[in-house]
Amino acid sequence: MSALPTTSEPVPAPLPKTASVALRSLLRHETVLAVLLALVLAVLASQSDRFFTLDNLLNQGRLMTEVSLVALAMTFVIITGGIDLSVGSIFGLAAILLGVFWQKLGIPLPLAMAAALCVGVLAGLVNGLIITRFGVPPLIATLATLMLYRGLAEGISEGRSVRGYPEWFLDLAQGEWLGIPNQLWVLWACAVAAGVLLATTTWGRATYAIGANETAARFSGIATARTKLLIYSASGLMAALAAVIFVSRVSTTRSDMGSGLELDVITAVVLGGTSIFGGRGTIVGTVLGLAVMQALKNGLSLAGVKGDGTIIVIGLILIGAIFISNLFNRDGDG
Amino acid sequence: MHAATAPRPPRLGSGARFDLRHRLRTLAGHWSQELVVLGAILVLFVVVGAINPMFLSAANIGNLFAGNAYIAVAAIGMSMVIICGHIDVSVGSLIGVLAMVSGSIAVAGYPVWLAWLAPVVIGALVNAGMGALVAYGRIPSIVVTLGMYSILKGGLISVTGGVWISSLPPGFMIAQFRWFGIASTVWFMVVLTILAALWMRYSVQGRSIYALGSNAEAARASGIRTGPTVVMVFAIHGLFAGIASVLFATQLQVIQSTVPANLELTIITAAVVGGVSILGGRGLVVGATLAAILFATINSSLIFLNVSAYWLRAVQGLLILGTVLADIARRRASL
Repeated sequence: MSALPTTSEPVPAPLPKTASVALRSLLRHETVLAVLLALVLAVLASQSDRFFTLDNLLNQGRLMTEVSLVALAMTFVIITGGIDLSVGSIFGLAAILLGVFWQKLGIPLPLAMAAALCVGVLAGLVNGLIITRFGVPPLIATLATLMLYRGLAEGISEGRSVRGYPEWFLDLAQGEWLGIPNQLWVLWACAVAAGVLLATTTWGRATYAIGANETAARFSGIATARTKLLIYSASGLMAALAAVIFVSRVSTTRSDMGSGLELDVITAVVLGGTSIFGGRGTIVGTVLGLAVMQALKNGLSLAGVKGDGTIIVIGLILIGAIFISNLFNRDGDG
Repeated sequence: MHAATAPRPPRLGSGARFDLRHRLRTLAGHWSQELVVLGAILVLFVVVGAINPMFLSAANIGNLFAGNAYIAVAAIGMSMVIICGHIDVSVGSLIGVLAMVSGSIAVAGYPVWLAWLAPVVIGALVNAGMGALVAYGRIPSIVVTLGMYSILKGGLISVTGGVWISSLPPGFMIAQFRWFGIASTVWFMVVLTILAALWMRYSVQGRSIYALGSNAEAARASGIRTGPTVVMVFAIHGLFAGIASVLFATQLQVIQSTVPANLELTIITAAVVGGVSILGGRGLVVGATLAAILFATINSSLIFLNVSAYWLRAVQGLLILGTVLADIARRRASL
């Protein structure tokens, strides 16, 4: 809610422009979203007394962790003007390889987890190399690797699932620490790190600069290719981390895990106000977007709406939120 | 609208030889990706046919074309959207919904022509609505279509409840008709590709799609009404999706409540591998059709080469990546 604006501040009389600036900051996308979130929460709380319980909220946090981790990295990707459609497939590939490394190859589970994360980084790095070295548009590059990585996951697993993980591993994503689910600590740490990285460091500024005008960024001495390589690798890493957490949470591994994840993630990021054209967006917005989506999913299921109905509402909210935000930001770049 | 005439190679006045070379290069620039795809199809036919002659049997080739023609038809509309500088990730779900609409009408006992026509009209209307949101709501097309993807996918499952439609009337099965010994789907694919290619190349509207995709500002300045053009492109794309959905719905005896996984991605990839620039303004619908045939050939080849079904998609992905990289390398070399 850091986007809460400065409405009560006295407006200097001779500068009418400031008023419109204040008004515009009031109508920032994050504010629209925060109001929307508050509305959704209020409606849901009045509809069901089970919604606003600590247990339910923490459980929702547990459920949204995987998508959220990937969305944090995706925010960077989209701010550079790119997109990563392959995250769902990297998610599936990392999940399968975790199982295969451990069960088939007999690698100790902690090492297998590390190896799965390395696979994620590698897969992201390959995306980055295709995009930066060969100049393939990110949409196309990651569309091709979406098929490739999912195909590798299917081929390696041959349709078999891996089960029988030890208790301590399942405890990673099913247990809690200080009354909070373990993975929520991971998510919070990652969200704060991503927020600080994007908002305050030169690296974050480079990310915005690339998205706003890549040529200008390169001429200003920003190592655009290296920055993009790092960002796509990070996207792969987060997808793999989410996969490890997911496997631990559901205690099994299948090759079709994470299919369609990319659309959930991109919806959350775009709903959070990140411009699909790059150059604009915040981690706060992404977190708000994720919260709205999860609250809706949970609230609707509590209200008896089935999962398919929920998808419809999320689609409507996505279009509606961007539409309303555009109405208020006529001069913005949409 | 007069400004949107076909671009001509500049006359450099330094003799016929230079002009000819320039013309050849323009021709290569226009056609080479399509020729690469065509070459890949032919190579696959020769190589796989040499290894397993069954691959070249008339039955297999017939199935290969007939069973995938609907993807080519949808890829034609997708090419127009991408050439116009937009994208549509919802088309797979739309085809699923429209197939269900078509089947429900046929089963309910309405005339067959209505079951064929309704999806085409609904598809055009739905997509015209999306086009209006893109053009007048100033929402990027990927956002609109991403939202629409959710709405259609959720709508499909919650309306049908996952139930398949069966006991369809035989007269409804247009995809199983044969005209002059060739499957009707192939006729649709070929005729629609030719019509769309001519329209894109020679009509004022077709040229304005290219103009809009290569430079929206310049197109507007030269008198193209950008809003209506975008709505029109999306509507035509919906029309093609409607035709594709009827072909998809009538090729089997039942209509499933799901479409093949990642259908929208297959359609987009067909357009792009066929040489349509994702940045807009460049490409031919012929390429998209050829690329759709290439995918069908790849799938069929892998089966005839006894590649494990589990590895199918990995090989597909690798081949698509290879085609894209080859295209980029070729474009760089020609610069």
